[in-house]
This record gives sequence, C-alpha cells and structure tokens, in this order.
Amino acid sequence: MAILSKDEAQQILKKVIGFSKADGIQANLNGNDGGNIRYARNSVSTSGEDSNVGLGVQSYYGKKSGTATINEFDDASLEKVVKRSEELAQLAPENPEFMEPLGPQTYGGESKTWSEQTAKITPEYRAQAAANSIGPASKKEVTAAGFLEDNRGFNAMMNSKGLFAYNKATGVDFTVTMRTNDGTGSGWAARTNNDVSKINTADASAVAIEKALSSRNAKALEPGKYTVVLEAAAAADLVRLMLNMNARQADEGRSFYSKKGGGTKLGEKIVDERVNIYTDPWHDEVPSSPWAGDGQARKRMDLIKNGVVSNLFYDRYWASQKNVAPVPFGGNTIMQGGTASIEDMIKDTKRGVLVTRFWYIRPVDPQTLLYTGLTRDSTFYIENGKIKHPIKNFRFNESPIIMLNNLETLGKQERAVTSEGNPNGLIPSMKIRDFTFSSLSDAI
Amino acid sequence: MKRRDFIYLTGMGTAATLIPGIPVVGRPIDPMQLLESIDLALKKRMADVALNAARSKGATYTDVRIGRYLNQFVITREDKVQNIVNTESYGMGIRVIANGSWGFAATDKLDNDNIAKTAELAVSIAKENSRLLTEPVQLAPQKGHGEVSWKAPIEKNAFEVPIKEKVDLLLSVNDAAMKAGADYVNSLLFMVNEQKYFASTDGSYIDQDIHRMWPVFFITTIDKATGKFETRNSLSAPVGMGYEYLNARPQDKIQGVTTLYRGRYDMLEDAKAGGAQTKEKLKAKSVEAGKYDLILDPSHLWLTIHESTGHPSELDRVLGYEANFAGTSFLTLDKWKSKNFNYGSKLVNIVADKTQVGSLGAVGYDDEGVKCGRWDIIKDGILVNYQAIRDQAHILGLNASQGCCYADNWSSVQFQRMPNISLQPGKEKKSVDDLIKGVEKGIYIVGDGSFSIDQQRYNFQFGGQLFYEIKNGKITGMLRDVAYQSNTQEFWNSCVGIADESDYRLGGSFFDGKGQPSQSSAVSHGSSTARFNGVNVINTSRKIG
Repeated sequence: MAILSKDEAQQILKKVIGFSKADGIQANLNGNDGGNIRYARNSVSTSGEDSNVGLGVQSYYGKKSGTATINEFDDASLEKVVKRSEELAQLAPENPEFMEPLGPQTYGGESKTWSEQTAKITPEYRAQAAANSIGPASKKEVTAAGFLEDNRGFNAMMNSKGLFAYNKATGVDFTVTMRTNDGTGSGWAARTNNDVSKINTADASAVAIEKALSSRNAKALEPGKYTVVLEAAAAADLVRLMLNMNARQADEGRSFYSKKGGGTKLGEKIVDERVNIYTDPWHDEVPSSPWAGDGQARKRMDLIKNGVVSNLFYDRYWASQKNVAPVPFGGNTIMQGGTASIEDMIKDTKRGVLVTRFWYIRPVDPQTLLYTGLTRDSTFYIENGKIKHPIKNFRFNESPIIMLNNLETLGKQERAVTSEGNPNGLIPSMKIRDFTFSSLSDAI
Repeated sequence: MKRRDFIYLTGMGTAATLIPGIPVVGRPIDPMQLLESIDLALKKRMADVALNAARSKGATYTDVRIGRYLNQFVITREDKVQNIVNTESYGMGIRVIANGSWGFAATDKLDNDNIAKTAELAVSIAKENSRLLTEPVQLAPQKGHGEVSWKAPIEKNAFEVPIKEKVDLLLSVNDAAMKAGADYVNSLLFMVNEQKYFASTDGSYIDQDIHRMWPVFFITTIDKATGKFETRNSLSAPVGMGYEYLNARPQDKIQGVTTLYRGRYDMLEDAKAGGAQTKEKLKAKSVEAGKYDLILDPSHLWLTIHESTGHPSELDRVLGYEANFAGTSFLTLDKWKSKNFNYGSKLVNIVADKTQVGSLGAVGYDDEGVKCGRWDIIKDGILVNYQAIRDQAHILGLNASQGCCYADNWSSVQFQRMPNISLQPGKEKKSVDDLIKGVEKGIYIVGDGSFSIDQQRYNFQFGGQLFYEIKNGKITGMLRDVAYQSNTQEFWNSCVGIADESDYRLGGSFFDGKGQPSQSSAVSHGSSTARFNGVNVINTSRKIG
C-alpha cells in the first residue's frame, strides 16, 4: 500500500478535492517503506522495517486555514478528513501571510530519484552490510559500530486550483565507525545514494578500519591557524552551513546575507571566485524532486556564481511583498570541484592538517556565520608533502565564508555526507589556508 | 523517531537554529481530542493479548507499551499567529526476549488480530537477531507492581486552557518586547501530554500521565547604523508542569542585574527585559580574551551539566553502543572501579533523580516498569556511578536497574536515556552576591547559548544570553562576544563555590537527541549559581570583508 503509483495517487486526491465545500483545498498524499539495521560492539543491536502512508488536507476560508490528516482511504474516511479540516479552518485565527495554493505547474517530466535496486533492499542485504563491517573488524583488533537505513517513498499533491504533482524516490544511508580495541584509534566512513548499486559497504568499512589503525597514538599539535586539507565529508560539514540563503531574513537585517544599510548581499562577491554552487533537480548524480513542498517547479539555478551571490530563496509571501518572483529552496546542492586528489593536495602542502570529518558543529555568531565544532575520527599532520603522523583532535572556530575566501585548491566532487545528516549534494574536497583551530581535545 | 513523522514548525527565523530540530511527532487532530484518554480496562485487555501471543510463540520476557502522545504548539511572530498545531500519536510497541535476544515490533492498528501478529513479529525478529548473538540478554530482576498508576502533580492541564488565551499571551509578549526596543520577536508555547501504559510478563500494569510545557521567545534587534544585530532568548525553562508555570508570583522572582525565575515564569516581564537587553547588548563592550573567574547562573549551567556530566555518565555510551553517532565517553569503567577518579573538586556532588517534582524526567516508573529513584553520580568530586537500565545493571554489579529506560514514542524501541542530572547546592549559606563579591576579574553568565562538546566529552565551548563583567567584586557592565572553552575534568575541578539551596533552580532540554534512528527525550538539570576559577574565555567576533 505504501508506494502508490501516479494514477492511484491521482485517483484518491481527485476524490478528496471533490468533497471540498471551503473556498479552497490542498491535499498531500505521502507514503514510505523503509528498513534499518544498527550494530555496535561487533554485534547487531537493533533492526526493523516499517511502512506508512498518510493523507494531509488543508482547507481554507479567506486567510483562515485548517489541516487534518488520516491514514484510511475509503470514501467515508476521505469525506470525514475534508470535513474536519473545514471545521478547524473555521475555528482558526486569520493568518495575514496565508497564500492561496498555486495553479497548474509544469515540472519537465519524470525525476531521476527512484532506483529499483534500492527499492528492493532486503533484510539480508542489511545484515550483509553489518557483516561487511563486523567480519573484517574482528580480524584486526578493531570494533565496529554502524547504521544502515534505506527507504522508498512517494509524495503527491493536488489542489482546487488544478495543480497536481507526483514524485517517488529511494535512498540509502550508511555510516560506520571503527575503533581500535585499545581505544587509541578511530576511523569513520559514510556513503549515501539514491541508488544502492553505487555504494559499497565493504569498501567503506575497509576505509574506516584503515583510518582507525593509522590514527593510533596521536600526538598533540599546538592549536592555531593551519593550512587544512578537508576530505569531502569535512568540506560538506562546513559548506552546508552557508546555504540557508533566506531572502526574508536577509531583508530583515538579521542574517549574514543582510547588507549594511538595508537590503541583501544579492550580487555581492562573498567568497573566492572559484566557488560555484548551484541546485539542479535533473543532475544525474544527485537528482531531486522537480517540485518543492508548496508545488513550485524547481529548475537549475545558481546560488553562488564565481564567488558572487546569484540567488536567495523567496517564499511566495515574501516574494509578493518584494514584488519579485518566488524562488523555492532547491532539492540538492552541487559545488563545482577541481581535479586534485587528496594525495595531490597533501603533496603540495608544506605544513598542514588533514581532516576526515567534523563533529558537533553549532552556530556561535549568525552575523558572520561563525561556527564551532571539532575534528573527529582521524586527523593527521602533514609536513613537506607527506602525512607525518596522526594528531589529537582540534576544536575550530571558523566561518565557511572566511574559509572559502581562503581557498587554495578544489579537489574532486563526492556525494556529500555530513556528521549530522546527509544533504542531497555533491561537494568537493578542498585545501584551505589559515583555518582557525582554537584548542585541543583528548577525544578519540 | 522517524524523519517522515516530523512536522517541522516553520517561520521562526534565524533564532530557531538555536533549537535543534523541533520535531513534532504525530498526526494533526482537533484540539478537543487532547482532553480525551483511553479506557484503562481496554488498555489492559490489549496488553494481555500481546503478552499472551508473544509467550505462546516462545518469548521468555515481553513488555508492552501502549502510548498516546499529544502535542500542542502555538507559534507567533510580532503581531501574527503563524501556526497552531495539535497532534496525536497512538499505538503499541511490543518488546520481547526470545532465544536470548531482543526483538521489537510496533503497530497503530489495535485490534486483537493485529496485536497478536505484531507480537509474533517481535518474537520472530528476536529469533532472527539471536543468530548474530554474542551473549544472551541478562535482565536485572524486577518484581511486578500489579495494577498501579502515576500522574504528574500538575495544577492546571495546559490543554484545558483555550487556544485564544495562549494566542493572546504570546501576542502580548511580542508586543512587550517590541515596545521595549526589539525589531523582531518569535514566540512559542510547546505543550506535551504522554499517556503511557506499560505491561510486562513480570506482572506489572502501569498507567502514567505525564505533562510537560515550554514557553519560549527569540528577540532580535538591529543597529541600523552598523548593520549589526543582537539576539536574546527567553530565560524560561522547559518543565514537567502544567499551565501554572506561567503564573509567576512575587516569591518566584529573583531580583538582580536581571530578573531570574524560580519554579514559575513571567513571560511578559522577561520579554520586556529582553527587548531592552538586546539594545544594551548592541552597545556592550566586546570581551577581551583571557582567563576569567566565571559565575554561572542555573539558567546557563544546566546545559554545561547536561553535556559534560549527563552524557558521559550514560552507560551505553561508556560501553560503545553509541560509538557510531553520539560517541563514547571519557568516564570509562576503570575510572569508576578505581573509586578515586577525581571528576571535580570536593564541592561537586551530582545526583541522578527521576522523582524531582516539576522536572522533565520525573515519572513513577520507567519504560521497562522500574520504579524510579535517586542516586549519586559524583560524590565529593569522585565518580561513583552511572545511568543504567535492566540489561546493563549486572555490568555495574547491581541487582536492580536504575530506571533510566525511555522511548520517545510507542513506535520506538526503549533504550537508556538520561535521568535528571543535577549539581547539588552548596552546604554552607552563600548567596550569588557572596560569590560575586570574591571575584577580582570575572564574568557572570545568564541563559544558555551556543554549545559544542567532543564525542568523548572532554573539550567543550559554551556561549550564553547575557554576560556581565565583574571587577573587584562588583558587576560593572555588559559584555558581548563571549564564549568559554574548557576540559570537563579541569572545569569541574575549578569549581570553588556553589550558592546554597535557596538559589537552586531547574533548567533543561526538551529535545535531547540520541540513537539511530534518532530519538528525542526531555530532561532537567538543577543547580544553584556556581563559581569556576580561571576559565579560558574567547572573543567570538569576526570581521568579514
């Protein structure tokens, strides 16, 4: 039941719209099937599967709206949920920022977000992923902990203005941490994709084991400003922090994208001219749904072009206030990379630090996008073009804006994984000068 | 908690990033349904169907949780109501041991057939998992409690208060902040009721009614000349109370350089102060980096306790179960076994307590039917204990669980979560003024701000809401751009003074995240104001462009 086809979803939604007696109605129908496996201490700790499908209905009278949901789809249930949303709308206070739903939109065809292979993941596949970590770990005095989660789902929406949108998508996320049994080394690797055939859990586990073993007995290095080579995961951890490019907050004067004296930084150069970041629902490697949550069509759009702010996101209400076209949030992020490998960047570094990833990153000052956090799971000292030895973890206090002004080299793009969730993106590894490490951590 | 169950609350602006996630689990419902409850006899019948079905398929232990989780969220900005959300999540989670392994399954279809099928599924998952078993689950003994109940001792159910009254309060809060100088203000009321029923093959049938609420605002003020902005968040705490939390009496207020609240909260008064303080912050002196003696108010110190004591003393982290996500812990078992690991100075006494009235963690029984209690974690500066559940108790040589098991929903499997973890007040009579009087060069910090700590809980950095410079025993004015960095053991050993019991207050977190898939729990941390000597303070201002 959970994955309805376009026709099945359309049929249910048409019935829902037909029951409406309000000024207008919008209905969202979503379903998801998924499974996961978690392991630690070289043993599986939990695993499970789940499935759900739900219908949300928003009715409105003028600027008053009400929402109700249901997970049964016979005619009586559909009529009941519409009626309840209408009752709640009558009771709601007016929202002066309420926008009527959009009319019909054109989305440019089927998205690339579905993978039949991922949709067919079985409990055996998940158990094998765990075994791919636990087996090799136990042969090398290393302890594995990891998590694999997969899902397949669909989203559909229809409203009384004639809009209908449908998309189905799959995804799989895998993370693994390997710690040496003596507690002196730790390594990590992560993979994410729409298409499970493009990820290899055994390969990721081997990378994490190698990092754990080579990070044993780290030495302390004085905190300060260092040239850093950021692996793609570390780069993605920081680049994602500058992408909340909300026009309203900027116009209101309370974001990094606000301009002194009023207005926004749209059109201003904020980072190195080699920085190009864009969103594109049709990208082969990181496809996204071709429509945003409110039904607006997504298209390829520059966010940062040659270091200059090219677009900010305008919701429909704010766009109407500013007399501009609305700009929906993108469903993915692509940062153009270069050709350098991690090894090339190390070779070019006289004195620096190689970072696997960051952890516990939190905002310190929203005005400068200053963030703090720590390196985690293998950090190395580079001297005269070679990795010299593992080093203890550092705390950093740095802004991605300052970091991308100090860009030395762009490496190859990778599917982005970060320490707290995987954005749908491609981010390159990179070499940065004068990165600020402010203190040492004893954590391994 | 599963990602697709989240209804993300929108439109809260930059300040919302200070609250991680703000997930709401459940489906929207009519507000009147928030006042309903499920018949107790029906819950017992449903639980028995599950217990019997699991037993007949070979489970050697089963527990059943029937949960009805209710939320109401009222969200405003300036003079507008942005959203009113009422949600319900209702269903059953069944956990079993079969062949020495755990299995879990959950359902929201509560007819007898489906309950029995779900119980059978839990048993088959346990049997499947047992194939990868290294050692069978060892459960600490737990006697059945029979049919018992526990209700949070609230005075006024927040769900009974009309929505209009809540909207009027928030709009008047916003108006007060704006009149005091704020340019923007977002305010919210979060209200939670967990109606939980637990039954197990030990012979317990436990019905519990838990209430929580959190009033909160975020103020932003902009200096148009410089383009700079400052923010000030409410000094409220999320609490295990009813709507009475918002009815502050004169005895609940602590007057000082800024008004602080004990047990009850005056949201309107705090918003007015907050509006004026954002303007003051814009003109405040930028801190000079260096070593300072810190005087930390409980509205700030709760978060430092949470991160640097609460998380590292979680036994599942110590054992490595969270290694792939939240991390492990520096408080390893050898340090506990040595009986002389010097976590903090002799003044530092930290207790775990799931019985504290008004706290977020207070319940009668945990989510595996263990009656809740209170125990020492740090005694006179020494690590003496952890936080454990039934299948971990034997590792500590205990013959009973400490009652730390919790699941955030009927559909989530219960696991070890933090009880309220609190710093005990100083034993000698001492006021906040007494603490400040002795400081030559220091900073008095009020309210929680930015926070970050490493995966083994050594190195941390914290900000705050209000920073006051102390020179020669006196507060001389406001500072900005302040954050302090320290190492957990060093920091707690630098604790040289704690105010007495009359200053003791609770802070807490509504959304403490842990586990994969991630689950969220609510937990309180109490303390009196405390002094820490020679802590490293950094300046967080940066110049760009």
